[in-house]
Amino acid sequence: MSKALLEARNISKTFGEGHVQVRAVASANLTLKGGELTLLMGPSGSGKTTLLSILGCMLTPGKGTLAICGNPVEKAGPERLAEIRRSHIGFIFQSYHLFPTLTAAENIQLALDIRGQNGSEAANKSHKLLEKVGLSRKSKAFPREMSGGEQQRVAIARAIVANPSVILADEPTAALDTSNGRAVMNILSELAEDQNSAVLAVSHDSRVIPFADRIIYIEDGVLKHEDPAAQMERKGARQRKN
Amino acid sequence: MPLSLTLALRNLFHDRLRFIATLIGIVFSVVLVLVQMGLYSGFGRMVTMMIDHASTDLWILSRGINSMEDISQLDGDIKDKVLAVDGVAEAVPLVIGFSDWHLPASGERTPVFIIGSDPKLRGLQPWNVVEGKAEDLGAPDTVAVDRSYYGRLGVSGTGSTAEINRHKVKVAVVTDGIRSFTTMPYVFSDLDAARSYLDLPPGKISQLLVRVKPGSDINRVRDAIRSKVANVEVLTPQEFRQRSRTFWLFSTGAGAALFAGVLLGVIVGTAILAQTLYSNTREHLPEFAALRAIGCSNRYIFRIIRYQALLNAVIGLCLAGAIGAVVVHLTAKSALPIIITPLQAGGLVVIILLMCLVSAIVAIARVVRIDPVTVLTR
Repeated sequence: MSKALLEARNISKTFGEGHVQVRAVASANLTLKGGELTLLMGPSGSGKTTLLSILGCMLTPGKGTLAICGNPVEKAGPERLAEIRRSHIGFIFQSYHLFPTLTAAENIQLALDIRGQNGSEAANKSHKLLEKVGLSRKSKAFPREMSGGEQQRVAIARAIVANPSVILADEPTAALDTSNGRAVMNILSELAEDQNSAVLAVSHDSRVIPFADRIIYIEDGVLKHEDPAAQMERKGARQRKN
Repeated sequence: MPLSLTLALRNLFHDRLRFIATLIGIVFSVVLVLVQMGLYSGFGRMVTMMIDHASTDLWILSRGINSMEDISQLDGDIKDKVLAVDGVAEAVPLVIGFSDWHLPASGERTPVFIIGSDPKLRGLQPWNVVEGKAEDLGAPDTVAVDRSYYGRLGVSGTGSTAEINRHKVKVAVVTDGIRSFTTMPYVFSDLDAARSYLDLPPGKISQLLVRVKPGSDINRVRDAIRSKVANVEVLTPQEFRQRSRTFWLFSTGAGAALFAGVLLGVIVGTAILAQTLYSNTREHLPEFAALRAIGCSNRYIFRIIRYQALLNAVIGLCLAGAIGAVVVHLTAKSALPIIITPLQAGGLVVIILLMCLVSAIVAIARVVRIDPVTVLTR
């Protein structure tokens, strides 16, 4: 059994005060294990982004505890949180957020450079990852010279270049067509399996459901875990399809 | 090249119009600072030009004299008293003052500044002589003028004639580059001739140059002169130089104006650069927020902004340096040359680098407030 890489206990977060107070996340319990691709689904305004921000150590919870690879984060300051993200978490954003002035390879190397890894070793790593996401011929292309799907694959390469234990993806397929969306989800699925990473993808795109090992629903800030029977049935269907 | 430097460089060049506008601003401010500094040192050097070229160990002046151009009179018998002081080798009288130069062709008059000394004693003789010899001033009614004043004085070289204070004079010596920071041309002559041009009674002098015997202690000789000659000031060339500079630069307000120019240049440059770095940083905030989100430290982002500031500074300095060199060259023979000393050049580099780093603070202050969560909400 894979160990828990992310453990959230009774996480709550509210915004505002008094009659304008909004409960974004309520007593959320969540464990992410290595080798699993978990899907967090819910309608707009359900608390997906808030929960992802908390799990990604970008937002501190109002209540509850969170540990990333055993590191508690509740009392960590901004730089310590950045260090935890740098050491353990890989992020994939809906809008890619690549540096427009850097090439595909350089954008990946940047993720290594901020970790103090540079030079030819970093260049080799970035080229290997570009190969892995099928973009070796685009290593010198700038983001404006790439399609959305290609940019997202570069963003994935950037997220995984430092071998993070936890990968958090925010609507990774939202801006992509079916074919590119499938390619991206395949990569994420492989990452979970091959690197034994815990992958959490936030999405409201039903096309990504077949790739998930587990689905968690969120509505009005409340998490609802998938019924084990339904989970088994979906996994079985996927295996038959494969 | 570090990737952070590559990123800073590309961010700068990404928006070329803004980069050019920034460079224009920086270059303007650097050239402004450079010109003001150059004027300061050029002016400082101009006001002490005569002191620098006088062959003397000590200056004897009337009390309260602030500069070479400060006219006063001493009794000529002071020379004998000074020569009686132990350690004094020579005492060379100088006569200086304002007079009128009468243009031979038009009959117009123009004010001139007369410097008279005995050519044999080599007190304060013309230098950079391009026609004739300094010793030629020993001949009666001969003068030395600078060729940059030919038009003003209505002469065309040696052999030209004119009148000073109703005395006929002939140009026997021509110099190059002895320009006055005032509007009056310098005219060198023999000591006695100078007295007549200035209507000074015989025996009167303006200043006395003192040369000490080899091996004598200048300070001891100075103290001895002070004790034996009343109502005079005895200054070393360095002290006189300093006093003249202080007078012209600070008592007249000229120095304050030049300093104000330097300050203005620094403020303008800092403001332009700060504004550019801030807007550049703002434009890249989503990327910086993404960097923060993936765990980048604030220090790394500060480094990128600092690199941008320093790149602006270096490129701006190179361009401004080239323009400055042209300005220095073009003004070399003007009435007020712009002079940049190596120390000033070094100081300018430090000022500009500091200016750029200070201007980066605004951008850094903005980056510090980046909330990485914004990358998830865009």
